[in-house]
Amino acid sequence: MKPLIRSKAFQKTYSKIENITRATCEVRADNVGIEELCYVHGRPAQVVKINGNKITLQVFQGTDGLSTESEIIFTGKPPFLTVGEELKGRYLDAYGHPIDGGPEIDGEEVEIGGPSLNPVRRSQPSEVIYTGLPGIDLNNTIVTGQKIPFFADPDQPYNMIMAQVALEAKSDIIILGGIGLSNDDYLYFKNLFDNSGSQERIISFINTTEDPPVERLLIPDMCLTAAEHFAVKQNAKVLVLLSDMTLYADALSIVSNRMDQIPSKDSMPGSLYSDLARIYEKAVQLPDGGSITLIAVTTLSGGDITHAIPDNTGYITEGQLFLKRDTEVSKIIVDPFRSLSRLRQLVISKKTRADHSQVMNACIRLYADAAYAHTKKENGFDLTQYDTRCLNFAADYSREILAVDISSDMNQILDTAWKLLAKYYSREETAIKKEFVDKYWP
Amino acid sequence: MKTTGKITGIVSNLVTISVSGPVIQNEICYILYNGLRILSEVIRIDNERVYAQVFESTRGIQTGTEVEFTGKMLEVQLGPGMLAKVYDGLQSDLYAMESLFITRGMSSPALDYTKKWKFKPLCKVGDEVSAGEWLGEVQENWISHKIMVPFRFKEKLIIKSIVNEGSYNLEDIIAVVKNNEGQEFPLTMVFSWPVKRPVRVHKEKIRPFKILETGVRVIDIFNPMMEGGTGFIPGPFGCGKTVLQHTISKHADADLIIVVACGERANEVVELFTEFPNLDDPRTGRKMMERTIIICNTSNMPVAAREASVYTGMTIAEYYRAMGLKVLILADSTSRWAQALREMSNRMEELPGPDAYPMDLSAIVANFYARAGFTWLKNNKSGSVTFIGTVSPAGGNFKEPVTEATRKVARAFYALSQSRADSKRYPAIDPIESYSKYLEYDEVKQELNTIFDIQWTTKVSRLMNILIRGKDIKDQIGILGDDGVPVDYHEVFWKSEVIDFVLLQQDSFDKVDASTPLIRQKYMVDLLLSVCEKNYDFDHFEKVSEFFKKIINTLKQLNYSVYQEKDFISHEANLNLLISERTKNS
Repeated sequence: MKPLIRSKAFQKTYSKIENITRATCEVRADNVGIEELCYVHGRPAQVVKINGNKITLQVFQGTDGLSTESEIIFTGKPPFLTVGEELKGRYLDAYGHPIDGGPEIDGEEVEIGGPSLNPVRRSQPSEVIYTGLPGIDLNNTIVTGQKIPFFADPDQPYNMIMAQVALEAKSDIIILGGIGLSNDDYLYFKNLFDNSGSQERIISFINTTEDPPVERLLIPDMCLTAAEHFAVKQNAKVLVLLSDMTLYADALSIVSNRMDQIPSKDSMPGSLYSDLARIYEKAVQLPDGGSITLIAVTTLSGGDITHAIPDNTGYITEGQLFLKRDTEVSKIIVDPFRSLSRLRQLVISKKTRADHSQVMNACIRLYADAAYAHTKKENGFDLTQYDTRCLNFAADYSREILAVDISSDMNQILDTAWKLLAKYYSREETAIKKEFVDKYWP
Repeated sequence: MKTTGKITGIVSNLVTISVSGPVIQNEICYILYNGLRILSEVIRIDNERVYAQVFESTRGIQTGTEVEFTGKMLEVQLGPGMLAKVYDGLQSDLYAMESLFITRGMSSPALDYTKKWKFKPLCKVGDEVSAGEWLGEVQENWISHKIMVPFRFKEKLIIKSIVNEGSYNLEDIIAVVKNNEGQEFPLTMVFSWPVKRPVRVHKEKIRPFKILETGVRVIDIFNPMMEGGTGFIPGPFGCGKTVLQHTISKHADADLIIVVACGERANEVVELFTEFPNLDDPRTGRKMMERTIIICNTSNMPVAAREASVYTGMTIAEYYRAMGLKVLILADSTSRWAQALREMSNRMEELPGPDAYPMDLSAIVANFYARAGFTWLKNNKSGSVTFIGTVSPAGGNFKEPVTEATRKVARAFYALSQSRADSKRYPAIDPIESYSKYLEYDEVKQELNTIFDIQWTTKVSRLMNILIRGKDIKDQIGILGDDGVPVDYHEVFWKSEVIDFVLLQQDSFDKVDASTPLIRQKYMVDLLLSVCEKNYDFDHFEKVSEFFKKIINTLKQLNYSVYQEKDFISHEANLNLLISERTKNS
């Protein structure tokens, strides 16, 4: 750990700790502000509760090995991030300090978790973020200023897909927040970013599984403080990736448990909704062109979306993306039924090609017919010739459009969709408006 | 002298204060920090130790920080100029705050004190008046905004003087009244009222009996909402709660709509104030925004203000009700408000009730819903506040405290069904699961029989029977296969599909179909009964679906056509042709 403390004359120091739990400690001190940053024997900590002169500190790195005589230094200010051009291309820890061996960041100190945006100063999101993944771009088009998570099982390749999306998306800045990232996944991201040729527009705040869990609470705030700096000051289009928000919520529950708070559903703190919303709502389209788009990962346990974490997330975010294994074609696909981008209607066929909406709906409808045919087949009922065509269409559609291992631009995707429709169906069966059929039918 | 105090403890947005003098429960106090005045509300008093919830971030506040008490509870300012405004939960005008971010201590006046209003007196010197009675009126957009005797007066008053017709601003004295002890009170066009106290200036509150037309067929026909009634819409995320509320706010037959965005997505509110200023209101010929007030506490705004936002909305609704208006208030979502209560209760270390919600949750919810209602005013005119709230049950499970507490008090229940939403059958209201207890009221039955026809309630239940039978048969077909059930089962199933596609489903993006007036709803019910209660003759189940798909298609075209105009009449003729061909064979 780098020397974090530059001891200054006005800083108050204390050295009598009264109480130590695994994540917090208590000290008697005066003139301390709530949420103030301090150091306990060099470890960063934050004031979370004040009762008279009894101050409760949350020690991010945990309290093991702390002595009751440890020195405590109060800094008189809340946790901050140093922002500036030098952030670009850097890898930082949960406190905003470099972990890539480079120099400390020089710039302006900004409080993290700052005030919320006046809702009437927001603009309506209206610009597409192309991810290159046809399963997203065609069926669940993402818009700048949107917030959307992947609801994924831990064994699914969500980090790889996020990395691909990040590099493909035409954003000015990409900010990766690694929340309890496995070291292997961190190295994967790092290797990919370093060789992408666009490392100059990537900033990473990393907490791996090797780091203390409570530190994870800082990562989203760090990412979004940096994002707000670039989006507001430079009108940049910023894409923020957060993986994995389930571990963030787990860290919240650890802290609330240590502070003797009464848990609500699934042992999560009662404030989970507000805590998550505070992060996700930073996604914004600003009137001057800057934007923050937020793509997160929420891992599920056993696919259960009624668990408090995905459930609260679903109420906050603008849709969700589901991955699933299609056993017919043995590929991971973006599930067209359960995935939903709530903001897509703001751009589909308005900012994309005019036939987009009709092609998307026709394909999904026919894919649903295929699912129905599939059930019929499994139940042993006879299949009609239409059913068989649907099943064949579905396999091709999965392979060429939904699968996550392909990359394609929007017009190509639409052309592929037309090709598949023409291969298996008559013009009438697609029920697409005549003007589009006349124009695009292969 | 006002009470002051010093902060002795802080955890998140709860502070404890030691005070020097008397304190009132729910009193507003200001924390004086760094030159800022941070708004807080007393929520518990324990000897000299006072607990207050802070409406903004507490970051940096220390023990010893000074607190100033105001002697008042949380109040809103009531007067002309609230229409078309977008307020935060504490009635600050969001458009009046010019910066991008709402920083701590920032607020803006709710009303424009410089604007002149054309005041016309409605009473004269010597008249006896009491709280809520009309002194005069000004024109606010298309509403005749009544200037009333402030609600705080409990006694009878005599008008000592009142100004002539003319232009005045909000703080000009427009009348002086005196009580029977000779005490005089100068009155202006604006007064304040504590949000958590119900306004009771009406003569009586009666059971709702008049239908509130929403234009949404599945509501108006099957489970109608009443003027002054209460309803709730629970549903898991992704079922179209918000879209449904937006649809109701656009088409409901109310004079004034108050939308409370309570802890919801900011982009949804952005949609409202991007769309509403451009949407035409068919009833007034003006823009939709001109009959709308938005109260907005998005999910990232301070939690304590979330609780205040629903009360602020309700108090403004009651104020306009006292002018004899039909007010509809929509809150999305009341669960976020309940969660805000839970957070505070938790921080005060109160013993928790179910799911860690405070024990008195259902009492709080009940008190709030009770503020809606249909009232007769002192001048025998009527005014109403209709309240519809959404509930976001955790995990989509209706057996949770907020849904249960709401179910006890709201008289109408609109169940959104996940399976209907998944199959894109919008609005996803399940008519079988939903209910409107108003249908049990004799006065409501009478009203429905008068505006529709004498057989109305029986007709609707005949349609409902077909829907229920259709649902059962669908399950059977799923198990036994298409040829495992008799052909006439298919016929009943497809008749229920006709009702589903033509009455229940409604295209909120189509100009004509988005809203169906009552007279057209009556026509549709009669038409569908005539279609669905005929016996047809089929020899094979494939013929059944083929025939009814054509019927559905024709009726959908009918739905998209302007009532009783050329296209409509030709689709109607097509329908009759289709039916007569099929019945001729039998």
